Amino acid sequence: MDQLEREIAELKAASTGGESKIGQLEQELKAIQPEPEKHPSWQRVQLARHPKRPHSLDYIQRVFTDFHEIHGDRGFADDAAIVCGWAFFEDRPVMVVGQQKGRDTKQKLLRNFGMPKPEGYRKALRVMRMAAKFGRPIITLLDTPGAYPGMDAEERGQAEAVALNIREMARLATPIVVVVIGEGGSGGALAMGVGNRVLMLENAIYSVISPESCAAIIWRDSGKAEPAAAALKLTAPDLQRLGLIDTIVPEPPGGAQEDWDRAAESLRQELRKNLDELAPLTARQLVDQRYDKFRQMGNFFAEAV
Amino acid sequence: MAWFTRNKPSVDTPEQGERHVRTEGLWLKCDGCGQVVWRKALDDNLQVCPKCNFHFKIDAAGRLKLFYDGEWEEFDNNLVSTDPLEFVDSSPYKSRLAATQKKTNLKDALISTGGKMGGRYVHICVLDFRFMGGSMGSVLGEMITRAVERSCEQRVPLVIVSASGGARMQEGAVSLMQMAKISAALMRLDEAKVPYISLLTDPTTGGVTASFAMLGDLNIAEPGALIGFAGRRVIEQTIRQKLPDNFQKSEFLLDHGFLDAIVSRNELKQYLVRAFDFFAG
Ligand SMILES: [Zn+2]
Repeated sequence: MDQLEREIAELKAASTGGESKIGQLEQELKAIQPEPEKHPSWQRVQLARHPKRPHSLDYIQRVFTDFHEIHGDRGFADDAAIVCGWAFFEDRPVMVVGQQKGRDTKQKLLRNFGMPKPEGYRKALRVMRMAAKFGRPIITLLDTPGAYPGMDAEERGQAEAVALNIREMARLATPIVVVVIGEGGSGGALAMGVGNRVLMLENAIYSVISPESCAAIIWRDSGKAEPAAAALKLTAPDLQRLGLIDTIVPEPPGGAQEDWDRAAESLRQELRKNLDELAPLTARQLVDQRYDKFRQMGNFFAEAV
Repeated sequence: MAWFTRNKPSVDTPEQGERHVRTEGLWLKCDGCGQVVWRKALDDNLQVCPKCNFHFKIDAAGRLKLFYDGEWEEFDNNLVSTDPLEFVDSSPYKSRLAATQKKTNLKDALISTGGKMGGRYVHICVLDFRFMGGSMGSVLGEMITRAVERSCEQRVPLVIVSASGGARMQEGAVSLMQMAKISAALMRLDEAKVPYISLLTDPTTGGVTASFAMLGDLNIAEPGALIGFAGRRVIEQTIRQKLPDNFQKSEFLLDHGFLDAIVSRNELKQYLVRAFDFFAG
């Protein structure tokens, strides 16, 4: 790309009769430089929300075998925005808990656009506690715009459900590997995000607020999501720099939507590595390691008194 | 008093200036009943409207005076955010912080304290809504976590008084992770069986409600406080209908099973004292 840019500049400097060549080269440059006016953070937001991006069940199908879904919170309902179940990862028994978006309109409605309600988080907690009881590792897949902001969700205690999950995940005496596969939407994602390892796919995002809402607060204009995305530092490299995630899982060229199998294979390798590393730890060590990991998150200094 | 410096009343009409000060300063309109209330009557009644029991917001220091028998000690009041995102909106986060620190005389949105309440030594953390909406960033997260760990090690009962719009946007995902840091510490406090009472006051929303504010052994609230996860406007936009007036109020939460009790401000101290008599023996 550098070379093309140089060639264009050189031709423009020479500037006699090279017009058609310049036009041709500029087109070539455009083709390999996707939407150059867009901020890289915003490109990643768009990839994380790409309509063809693999969702939790697409990874579950490819990475695990013999997945059996577990339904319901045993209190109110079965929230389809979260899928849980027992499965095998390369012959290892594991519990999988994923936030699930839909692809077509019917599926999107069924999955509530990947926005869980309290009963979804309570189902996830029930299943994770079961995994801990039997010493099975837990793998959570995060992909949600956020916890559902609806009247029914508030009535059934959305805040309490999220809070309880976060605290109880800190207590579970079993390995927990968290993977942000798409959108890590604030507390709604974190409610399944307290792990010994937190992985992020290369083009996933993880943020305290959506770029649109952030823009609405700052500039009273949700259309300014692009600069807000940049300001929020929500990409995987950003989060790694801030010390909030452990590993970036590489995606195939162009993004996971280009090749689901390769994206899944890439995730499999990282899961194997992380599960292997956590396997020798005792229950106590797992809980302590998870505590220490989140304990050091924060950026402050102490002023001299 | 700032009124005079701002407006410089003309020398020949001092009475007019006086009158203005009197009406502005001594009386105010109650947000609850809409009636005009004498400020002195409010001061004598813990900032609660004598006519309708509406609970006005009070700042962190005012809250502490309400609870402690006498003096209290402060912890970790020298922590300052490093602005991890180098966040800039209409003004840089750093200068916004500095301006708020100057205005409120606080380093961040929380005071962490210890002292005697009803003769028992307790830890009380109070969020101050005046400081960037009581928002939770690195400093608030660290201060609460240290308070929880201190309570855990010394087996001292803990009260956290919430008033917050949620996580602090200007610290991005770092703010978000404070929810996990604090909640994990509360897990240890829970295991240590040291009592923690969460008091939710007007308003408590977002990531604060969705973490430590909902994790008390007892979750109690003042009457009429706004308590919720999502903002009212966001919900109205999502469901495309108006919400009832009492939606996300303390009484609404109590009805739906998410509060243990609603306690009026004038009964709060006695409630906490008796609760710790029960839990901490
Ligand atoms: Zn009133």
